[in-house]
Amino acid sequence: MAAMIEIRGLEKHFGPLRAVDGVSFDVHRGEVLGFLGPNGAGKSTTMKMVTGFLSPSAGTVHVCGHDVASDPVAAKSVLGYLPEGAPAYPDMTAEAFLRFIADIRGFSGSERARRIADAVSKARLEGVLHQPIETLSKGYKRRVGLAQAILHDPPVLIMDEPTDGLDPNQKHEVRALIRDMSKEKAILLSTHILEEVEALCTRAIIINKGRIVFDGTPEAFEAKAPADVTKNRMDWVFRSVTTGDAETNGAAQNSAPATVGGDA
Amino acid sequence: MKHTITIMKREFAGYFATPVAYVFIVIFLLLSGFFTFDLGGLYENRQADMQAFFRWHPWLYLFLVPALSMRLWAEERRSGTIELLMTLPVTLPQAILGKFLATWAFTGIALLGTIPTWITVNYLGDPDNGTIIAGYLGSFFMAGGFLAIGSATSGLTKNQVIAFVLSVVLCLSFLLTGLPPVMEWLDTVLPKLAVDTIASFSFLSHFDDMSRGLIEGRDLVFFGSMIAFFLFLNALVLDARKAH
Repeated sequence: MAAMIEIRGLEKHFGPLRAVDGVSFDVHRGEVLGFLGPNGAGKSTTMKMVTGFLSPSAGTVHVCGHDVASDPVAAKSVLGYLPEGAPAYPDMTAEAFLRFIADIRGFSGSERARRIADAVSKARLEGVLHQPIETLSKGYKRRVGLAQAILHDPPVLIMDEPTDGLDPNQKHEVRALIRDMSKEKAILLSTHILEEVEALCTRAIIINKGRIVFDGTPEAFEAKAPADVTKNRMDWVFRSVTTGDAETNGAAQNSAPATVGGDA
Repeated sequence: MKHTITIMKREFAGYFATPVAYVFIVIFLLLSGFFTFDLGGLYENRQADMQAFFRWHPWLYLFLVPALSMRLWAEERRSGTIELLMTLPVTLPQAILGKFLATWAFTGIALLGTIPTWITVNYLGDPDNGTIIAGYLGSFFMAGGFLAIGSATSGLTKNQVIAFVLSVVLCLSFLLTGLPPVMEWLDTVLPKLAVDTIASFSFLSHFDDMSRGLIEGRDLVFFGSMIAFFLFLNALVLDARKAH
């Protein structure tokens, strides 16, 4: 089966800074890939290049076979994207906003109504449909962003910190929603919460300073911690691969069908 | 085309979701009334034409149009919605054109609000209505030129105040190049060819022709190409700076 997201040798330079420095990996249908790394490691930049918001300095991205650089509209129509902070037009009501998204996605008439109703019920927005988005709580704003991202039932879903700033109940709901959708989609999400990787992801990639330093299952990730570490084992591994003060530095595992870091 | 219209509709509705639309239209009508009847002396002139009305439009637009265009892209950039918009399956030209057309249509509506002045002139005398229609068309196209400048400067920054000031300064320079004192001074420091070139870019002289009833292809082409040029610049700026 062909990969839904195919990233090869991706680089982004901002002046002398290499924010993303040779990242390559694939995401397949049914995979929930947790994208981790310290702040400034290049997570968001990578996602912005995958979604076509930024153009790479080098490398290629294919989404469902569409080259994001040469055929951006085709690639963008098969992916759903929740940008960091779930931006939405504050003056619009949730309903007007979703109708705008549906129009742009090319739905009309009863199909449009059905798509909006479906996204609204999945994101549980029924109670706030007629409120301007600026009056909504953080949790609801995030759900409006989610509804927007899944409205066209995209085969590829990309989410930048989908649970950031939510309370534990809201986190639980968003995770449940993602898990429900995970079977028939390829999902790439970034997070700072290591437990989330354990709870949600089938695979984890850690990047540091623009390079992949780990690529494997959450279990393999945790197993990298020595046996004498009994608490917060994932935290320990995360620190060791991203700060470079442990023997695990740079030792990328390759348990998934993907290439790892470096100059692929 | 469909995407352009969808974006245009959203932007247009946005003006009416906040008091911006109402404030703008009321101020525009009040000021244009004040300029026409008080400063312009529409009654005292005892002439059945609308020169007194159109003469002030360039100066009215100088401040009002940038106030309308300043949020076009600066607001998208500040709130991060530009990332949403640019990752939807639309192209940058579709988005720029949709937003521009929404604002342009809005100024058209404000302009339509001045029709009572036109009716008054017709009630008081027997004006050349062809001239007046040419004046309206000229005014609308000039507003389009100012808007395109405003859209481009709005794409430069996240800050609406900066967008406003930059676009007032740019618009002003396109007006000043038509003023005789400025041109006389330029004549003393620049060669004739340069002065003529600068003068040919004046919004003022192109608009003057039209407000006198001369609908000439070249004036429409001038404003049309100004719009095209600044929207193109807008696209270049956004493409380079959208993520900053």
